[in-house]
Amino acid sequence: MGYAPHTHDDRRRMLEALGIESVDALFADIPPELRSSPLRLSPPLPEQSVAARLERLAARNRTDLASFLGAGAYRHWTPPLVDQILLRGEWYTAYTPYQPEVSQGTLQSIYEFQSLIAELTGLDVVSASHYDGAAATAEAALMACRASGRDRILVSRAVHPQYRETLRTYAAGAGVAVDEVPVVGEGPAAGTTDRTALERALADSARPPAGLIAAQPNFFGLLEPMAELGAAIHAAGGLFVAVVEPVSLAVLAPPGAYGADIAAGEGQPLGIPLSYGGPYLGLLACTNALVRQIPGRLVGQTTDLDGRRAFVMTLRAREQDIRRERAASNICTNQALLALAAAVYLAALGPHGLRDVAAGSAARAAALERALTEVGVERLFPGPYFDEFVVRVPEAPAVHRRLLDHGVLAGLPLALVEPDDPLLADGLLVCATEVTTDEEIELFAWALGEVLGAAAPRRQPTTAGAGGGR
Amino acid sequence: MAAVTLQPAAGAQGELTGILMIRAYHRSRGDLERTEVLVPDSAHGTNPATTSMAGFRTVNVPSAPDGGVDLDAFRAVLGPRTAAVMITNPSTLGLFEPRIGELIELVHAAGGLAYMDGANLNAIMGRFKPGEAGFDAMHFNVHKTFSTPHGGGGPGAGPVGVGPKLVPFLPTPRVLREPDGTFRLERPGERPSSIGRLRSFVGNTGVLVRAYAYILAHGRDLALVSEDAVLAANYLKHRLAVDGSYDIPFERPCKHEFVAQAKTLHRETGIRTLDVAKRLIDYGFHPPTIYFPLTVEEAMLIEPTETESLETLDAFADALVAIAREARETPDLVRGAPHTAPVRRLDEAAAARKPNLRWQPLTGRETPCPD
Ligand SMILES: Cc1ncc(COP(=O)(O)O)c(C=O)c1O
Repeated sequence: MGYAPHTHDDRRRMLEALGIESVDALFADIPPELRSSPLRLSPPLPEQSVAARLERLAARNRTDLASFLGAGAYRHWTPPLVDQILLRGEWYTAYTPYQPEVSQGTLQSIYEFQSLIAELTGLDVVSASHYDGAAATAEAALMACRASGRDRILVSRAVHPQYRETLRTYAAGAGVAVDEVPVVGEGPAAGTTDRTALERALADSARPPAGLIAAQPNFFGLLEPMAELGAAIHAAGGLFVAVVEPVSLAVLAPPGAYGADIAAGEGQPLGIPLSYGGPYLGLLACTNALVRQIPGRLVGQTTDLDGRRAFVMTLRAREQDIRRERAASNICTNQALLALAAAVYLAALGPHGLRDVAAGSAARAAALERALTEVGVERLFPGPYFDEFVVRVPEAPAVHRRLLDHGVLAGLPLALVEPDDPLLADGLLVCATEVTTDEEIELFAWALGEVLGAAAPRRQPTTAGAGGGR
Repeated sequence: MAAVTLQPAAGAQGELTGILMIRAYHRSRGDLERTEVLVPDSAHGTNPATTSMAGFRTVNVPSAPDGGVDLDAFRAVLGPRTAAVMITNPSTLGLFEPRIGELIELVHAAGGLAYMDGANLNAIMGRFKPGEAGFDAMHFNVHKTFSTPHGGGGPGAGPVGVGPKLVPFLPTPRVLREPDGTFRLERPGERPSSIGRLRSFVGNTGVLVRAYAYILAHGRDLALVSEDAVLAANYLKHRLAVDGSYDIPFERPCKHEFVAQAKTLHRETGIRTLDVAKRLIDYGFHPPTIYFPLTVEEAMLIEPTETESLETLDAFADALVAIAREARETPDLVRGAPHTAPVRRLDEAAAARKPNLRWQPLTGRETPCPD
């Protein structure tokens, strides 16, 4: 089934007007020796066959599992109104709201998104979306380099490994050195950024750092002493970049309050469905002082000729279409529709609702910890956490595989993402949010006990938590 | 192309992926002197911006009067410092690059690689395969070719295809097919030659599934999509050329889009492209991209696509012609446009002078979380 509306008669009329026999004449400018071989594609498929084919593929994904996977993308309850509003065709019209007179709805929604994320982060300037949390973090690093005129970035090893990989890719192009700050191996601060090592890295005066990147909560779910980390990098003349998880900001101090100059993060938890990694939402915010360094679109409030309140893209001189090789970034297409989802989600929940989600998630994670402790599984790192934590499970990857047979997606074995770190070899990163049910937790604890051969709790739970949600 | 990565989240990220792979390719051969990327002056702004992000110097190449790259100017800047040339094809003027074969040959002979900005693949499906023509890398925008709508700016996806030379450098993780027919993702560190990751997870999967569905639904009729898009653009261009109110700088067939100018109209009536665009709103049309490419005076870049009916194409041409008449008879009507939109023209200077980028509580009574 095609989507081309022209009839043969339409085509004939257009060809006649052009005075040509066939469209081939319109492609005559392609040098003959460079013309394409035929497309090796099958004939068009009817829509129901396409749907059936994709459904067959989808059915090969297991979605029946009780999931304790977080590690950068999180299950939350999304009020159906988020999707209902997103489905409205008005949001799909224009490519970029270059014509503000006919784009006030989109532009105001972006301004509201900026306002809501500013409120959450405590930072006044919010860019109207980046590709995802990792790319936003890399852009934050480049911003710190531009602002400080330096070319070395420190990043805590407790930042998501894929964010650090992305950072290295971007930094290689920009000629920026990336130095990783290790995490503490033992004691009460285990699993958080090693401040002694940080001080050593900061002391290298040959190549002073443009900034430090640390995550709150960090990749292991732990809370970092962000104010102290910020003070340390500020003392060295660099900028502080906080990688944040937005739901947690309802209960944790916002980056603006502990002195972060830039906040980056993944906005997916704000009403965006899990979709094998995307499309998600890169968040990037900064202080007013950095407004001319921030990449990506900004929408500002102004007035029209009659003095009516109106919204328009502004400070465009940072952007590629105007600045070309001197632009703050090459970003053009962004994740605007997902930013809208986040704005609708935040507006629908309000500050109290979001706090309920955050506190509820932390409470479910605490319940999960208790259940796992009962079957003899302990946390690897002792510090306070938000909704995710690491437990010590010998041979975690194998155990994780066996738990699939029990209908449990047991989080992320850290050895899969950090194969070379002995500290993490037995680490299993697990997560619970407000949608995690008691039944799912019971199933996980029981199955883990079974697999590890520990004394099982009283009885096998009766219900599996098929996919969670409500 | 020999292989494709679906990881990049948009065209610009695809460009960065491609140019970083080209950088890695030269480095892998110990060729560290190649510090420049040649970019025609009609290129989209993302091309030079990408070049800078990837650590190269942009060398702008002027266009020839026919809209293509000026070969003599190209030869003059090509050399042992050339890492690559980025060619948008069809160009941002809507024209197939006439000397594309020579450009690719010349850059290869100089030891550089050829990158194609294929954002506009929707014009040439079934007619031109960049890999066969000798390009070493290209990105394409699924949000321009494979039905992904723009939600006021995104999301999209910018897959990148590469020739054999660049396969080792593709971003990680790739999806691998095992001998038993199952699929898996590359493990961290499994392919050290990779440029690394451009983002978390694997890509804008949801967007790519939509694009896949669109490709399956069309199959080999994708060629028809391009034919219809090109036919519609040429028809519209012809209608405006016949009328004569607007300048049509390039007479030869266009691809999916074409440039028209309000240059003569401006000289004769004082009405500019901006005014024409705003007046189109009153006629019920979303204005085309204006003042782009930057190399064309009073430009309108008009892209009807394959999905507008003949009636709509005619109505759009009629509206442009009517506006040109208004420009002569009732210019203030055009200058004051739009008259039917929710707001009139905006004070953009004030927005930039004193930026108001977020709502601020006025009284303190709206404090969000009183307890
Ligand atoms: C010719 C061309 N190149 C590159 C891009 C950049 O693509 P994206 O906006 O997806 O980053 C675009 C579109 O915006 C384009 O038209």
